[in-house]
Amino acid sequence: MAKRILLMGNPNVGKSAIFSRLTGAKVTISNYPGTTVGFTQGNIKLSEKEMGIVVDVPGVYNMEPLSRADEVAVNMAEDGDILVNVVDATNLERNLFLTLDLLEKQKPLIVVLNMWDETRHKGITIDIEKLGRELGVPVVATCGLSGEGIKELIEKIRQIKDSGGTQRKTLSRELKWEEIGRITASVQTIRHHHHTVLEVFEDISIRPLLGLPLAALVIYLSFQVIRVMGEGMIKYIFEPFFESVWMPLMNAVSGFLGGSGPVHDVIIGRLINGEIDYSASFGLLTTGLFVPFAAVLPYILSFYFILGLLEDVGYLPRLATQVDNLMHKLGLHGYAIIPMILGLGCNVPGALAIRLMENRREKFIAATLMAISVPCMAQIAMIVGLVGQRGGRYVMMIFGTLFILLVVKGLIMNRVMKGSSPEILWEIPPYRRPHPAAVAKKLWMRVSEFLKEAVPFVLLGVFVVNILYASGIIDFIARLFAPVLSGLWGLPKETISAMLIGFLRKDVAVGMLGPLGLTNKQLVIASTILAIYFPCIATFTVLVRELGAKDMAKSAVIMLITTVIVGGLMSLMLPANI
Amino acid sequence: MKLTELKNRQSARVAGIEGGTGVERRLEALGIKPGIEVTVISSHFWGGPVTIQVGKSKISVGRGMAGKITVEKH
Repeated sequence: MAKRILLMGNPNVGKSAIFSRLTGAKVTISNYPGTTVGFTQGNIKLSEKEMGIVVDVPGVYNMEPLSRADEVAVNMAEDGDILVNVVDATNLERNLFLTLDLLEKQKPLIVVLNMWDETRHKGITIDIEKLGRELGVPVVATCGLSGEGIKELIEKIRQIKDSGGTQRKTLSRELKWEEIGRITASVQTIRHHHHTVLEVFEDISIRPLLGLPLAALVIYLSFQVIRVMGEGMIKYIFEPFFESVWMPLMNAVSGFLGGSGPVHDVIIGRLINGEIDYSASFGLLTTGLFVPFAAVLPYILSFYFILGLLEDVGYLPRLATQVDNLMHKLGLHGYAIIPMILGLGCNVPGALAIRLMENRREKFIAATLMAISVPCMAQIAMIVGLVGQRGGRYVMMIFGTLFILLVVKGLIMNRVMKGSSPEILWEIPPYRRPHPAAVAKKLWMRVSEFLKEAVPFVLLGVFVVNILYASGIIDFIARLFAPVLSGLWGLPKETISAMLIGFLRKDVAVGMLGPLGLTNKQLVIASTILAIYFPCIATFTVLVRELGAKDMAKSAVIMLITTVIVGGLMSLMLPANI
Repeated sequence: MKLTELKNRQSARVAGIEGGTGVERRLEALGIKPGIEVTVISSHFWGGPVTIQVGKSKISVGRGMAGKITVEKH
């Protein structure tokens, strides 16, 4: 059986960076605690014949679990063959507590002093050999992001003997801290150093007086940069390609297929005034490729680029602290901002990050708020592209409504649900200069994830649209839902097709509103409803797993009731000719 | 006095932690324990969190929990 090598350490010490270096596997690495939820494993070659399994375990502070998430990590330690304890070299004293806990497991143990490069800037010197002698286990210094020291670590993993680590007697917590104090004093020296510009910023951005305006500025600038980059890529790269390279090819295919007929309609779509229209034809090779590549991908690229920078710099936990008291009013705490922000990219990673929330009540509130009020970037891109043509104020109406809903629903759930949101207690990592290679790698990982997950579903969506229309099923369903759609929301009954496709992909669904000839008011209402009525199937699946079927069902009821009410109110309150 | 009574940039030594062992353990895991020197680096209004410097790390503590940490100035 392959040996299991467990990477264990405090949160945000760089376990995932080491993991990715050891296995070559692609994992998300960020500068904030809790990036890794669940666990990831990958392979490593131990010798010519032997392979090992490396497991990236979520961070823990000690071996006495304080939460369910800790418990998972602690239990995993039991079935490891080799423990690799990743330690933040700039915070030796606190990290060593887990090291002493792990030594008691009497398993082969290697201590990795990670972030070694940072100790130099911080004026910290650690005598590695002496630390090795004190602990009685091999110690390696590394920098996970640059790869420094990884070779030596792999050598140490290969050489380590199966017979357990040094015999140690179990110490009480007090004695452990004493022991740690003694060890640190003997191996570490700290020189006083002057505050760097980054460190001055670290303190400013966490204080309310300057930090809150700074947070507003960071959010505003981020959205502006995402918008400008996204629009720029569409205008100068993707649209020109689809117009001057792809279009002639598609015209040729259309001509070859005879310009109409069922096969033509599925592949190329219906011709609009004798021409292919990327936003209205709805063929697999036309709309089916234009939506993910030309409309959505540019925004995905720019969003994840900015998010990656913010994550790696270490800004997000500061933002979490800044918004903590506001989030408490919504039944959450500051850290819930992280699933929400991830959800803006795609609700699936957002839903996964809901595991960061401590209790069932908070998970439920966070999931419900995200599903209702946080549209994913694919959907945002389509709304900006389609509704934006009518005027920026309509886009603002949609996002404004979603934001008001976020606040109102949060306030209500916080009131109605028993219990209260837990107190925050989290570590604020130092600001770090992002490594360009690491930022590029993470961006590539997320974009390829989008392409792998989204494109097939978009194509499936476009295909289903064709089937629905060709078979006439859509007319039947449209008549069935007409009372709600037309009577309550003032929408033409054909919008039901977009609602159906919205379960598959929200971006395609928004795109389907384009050819329906809606008024401005109808377009605003329909786009808002598409955002709030239900999550897409991919998000739904993850939420069922994270919340359990019962809570998800409750959450879904809230979503549907909200949709009926909000759609009705908008239909009543918005003037006909906005 | 309580940690929440300290002003920005004021330092003090942790004297004790009131409240159950759960709170005590969670704080201890982050290095906040009796005898340790802490410095307040930010204190939010409207019942927002207090952020303190403990050794080399910065930690945000909810106001309720921060109120359970007693400190003595020297």
